[in-house]
Amino acid sequence: MEKLSFDLAAPNAPTGTRPMALVGVVASGNLEILLERGGAPGRCTIEVNTAAHGFRPLWEAVTADFVARRAAGGLRIAINDGGARPDTVSLRLAQGVRSIEEPEA
Amino acid sequence: MTPAEILNSLFPLGHDVTTHGNLSFGMGAMGTLSVHVIGAGGGGAIGVDEALQLAAHVLTLANSGDGRPILLLVDTSSQRMSRRDEMLGLNEYLAHLAKSLLLAEAHGHRTIGLLYGGSAAGAFIATALACGTLVALPGAHPEVMDLPSMARVTKLSIEVLKEKAKATPVFAPGLDNLAQTGAIAETWDPDAPLSDKLAALLARPRNGDDRATLGKVRGGRPKAAIIANEVATLAQARG
Amino acid sequence: MSNTQKSWYEAGARERVAALVDRDSFVEFVGPERREISPHLAVFDLPVQFDDGIVVGAAAIDGTNVLVAAQEGRFMGGAFGEVHGAKLTGLLQAAKAMKRDVVIAFDTGGVRLQEANAGELAIAEIIRAIVQARMAGVRVVGLIGGRAGCYGGGGLIAGCCSTLIVSEQGRISVSGPEVIETNKGVEEFDSRDRAFVWRTMGGKQRMLIGGADAFVDDDVLAFRNAAIVALARPAVLDAKTLAAEQRRLQRRIARFGEAADATDIWAILGIDDPDSVPDMPVDRFIALAAEHRESADDAR
Repeated sequence: MEKLSFDLAAPNAPTGTRPMALVGVVASGNLEILLERGGAPGRCTIEVNTAAHGFRPLWEAVTADFVARRAAGGLRIAINDGGARPDTVSLRLAQGVRSIEEPEA
Repeated sequence: MTPAEILNSLFPLGHDVTTHGNLSFGMGAMGTLSVHVIGAGGGGAIGVDEALQLAAHVLTLANSGDGRPILLLVDTSSQRMSRRDEMLGLNEYLAHLAKSLLLAEAHGHRTIGLLYGGSAAGAFIATALACGTLVALPGAHPEVMDLPSMARVTKLSIEVLKEKAKATPVFAPGLDNLAQTGAIAETWDPDAPLSDKLAALLARPRNGDDRATLGKVRGGRPKAAIIANEVATLAQARG
Repeated sequence: MSNTQKSWYEAGARERVAALVDRDSFVEFVGPERREISPHLAVFDLPVQFDDGIVVGAAAIDGTNVLVAAQEGRFMGGAFGEVHGAKLTGLLQAAKAMKRDVVIAFDTGGVRLQEANAGELAIAEIIRAIVQARMAGVRVVGLIGGRAGCYGGGGLIAGCCSTLIVSEQGRISVSGPEVIETNKGVEEFDSRDRAFVWRTMGGKQRMLIGGADAFVDDDVLAFRNAAIVALARPAVLDAKTLAAEQRRLQRRIARFGEAADATDIWAILGIDDPDSVPDMPVDRFIALAAEHRESADDAR
């Protein structure tokens, strides 16, 4: 397994109060993403655990794009990757933020 | 050791165990104590018919009220692999055998499995692993699935699997591996009288299912006991 | 009453739990944020999942407090590994201590081969925990209708439940079709003949032969409603139950032991056009089953 770690600037924090969100499933071509609040404000950390070695540049691009487009400030994100394509990764990251922003009951 | 040798070593004072096909039934004498004996042997598969026969006998013992221990001698292959058995609901028959053994235990009969040959997959679960205590003789070869079949399903070569098996006892067949994961309480030295071992075992009280704890102590299952205990604690704390 | 159906088959474990339980009543135990992953998958360079493929917790269903478990069939085929199995074992041990009923959404290919020995032991520990809980008066309701079916050790666990609810998509078996074919040949079992596989081990066959107690549409609400009914049934497992079970399983072999195919069984059950069963729509099948099926109501 390859472990990748990113610590990126993310100026905007997600709205809402949910402490965590989970999206996706670890299946072929899919991935699970766990998002938790409470990280350093203005930063977003992303840890990736993947069996597909040698794709760091793709992960760099996807994560950079993510923090540029979405409100990811203060989030600690952990990913278990089942070999997802970059567009699936982007989709799930966006879904994750939407999920953590969902109003609590 | 042959089944006959095992029985003689277990019961030097005598036994009346008789065999019909692969199944055996009878009693063994141990001084003041006598023990019910059931055998699932011959390396045979356990299908709907065998499971039902065994369960019938276990239930008779469970309802006997005599409180005598039940010794289950095991040398089976796996569950019977056939369209007929699956069509007829083999899962229910194997479950019924397991339930029967658990009922017998609840009715005051200690159940002891003695694995002396093979046992695999669903047969292993419904016989040996359904007993309150499981012991083995050194020649025993329990397995979940044989390595060639595992190789086919996982799409890894047998060589690769054997290499990985050197680093962990958690997947490959074999007595040592199953002992390390906590399935086997004791392995008995066949050169000493088995009757002594059985008597000592029966003299020790049994407190619940300790296989996960054994697995942790022996290193084969580092997390099972902790996780199970945590879930149970959290559930009860919540109320 | 809503006329929009949500497929149980397509739903993930967490969606199934959400559909089963009363709104906002679910509390998860050892959830994904705990990261209690499998210690064994890294050896095989396989990715882990934070909940190890099973969701367990406490909830209310129609106002009744229960314990709930749901397997994620899309992760490692929903197979039992060390942590996965231990979460269910612990839940069942609590069920006995609390005399709290349990609802289990199965979706499993059996034991996870990469952790085979741990998975096999987990199955044995779960069976022991279910039976002991049931002997103490606890109901254990199983729901089967997912992608992975309920195979291997999962099939044995299902056979220990007090009530089983299945849909057409559900399959219950010990050996999988491919394994039977590999070991006994394609004449004995053609694993690629889907219709044959479903006739032999699918939801409709299980319902008709008494291997399941309720048949529902592939709809999360239907599963929830059937679970509510199941949670109101008597809760008993004793010598009388097993004596009835022995008779029931004996009678099944006497009635159907010579049948070559499930359609022969259905004919023996008095069904007029057995070949029409597989394609029969749900409501008609439920009515047919009510009239002709073998039941397990006083047994199991």
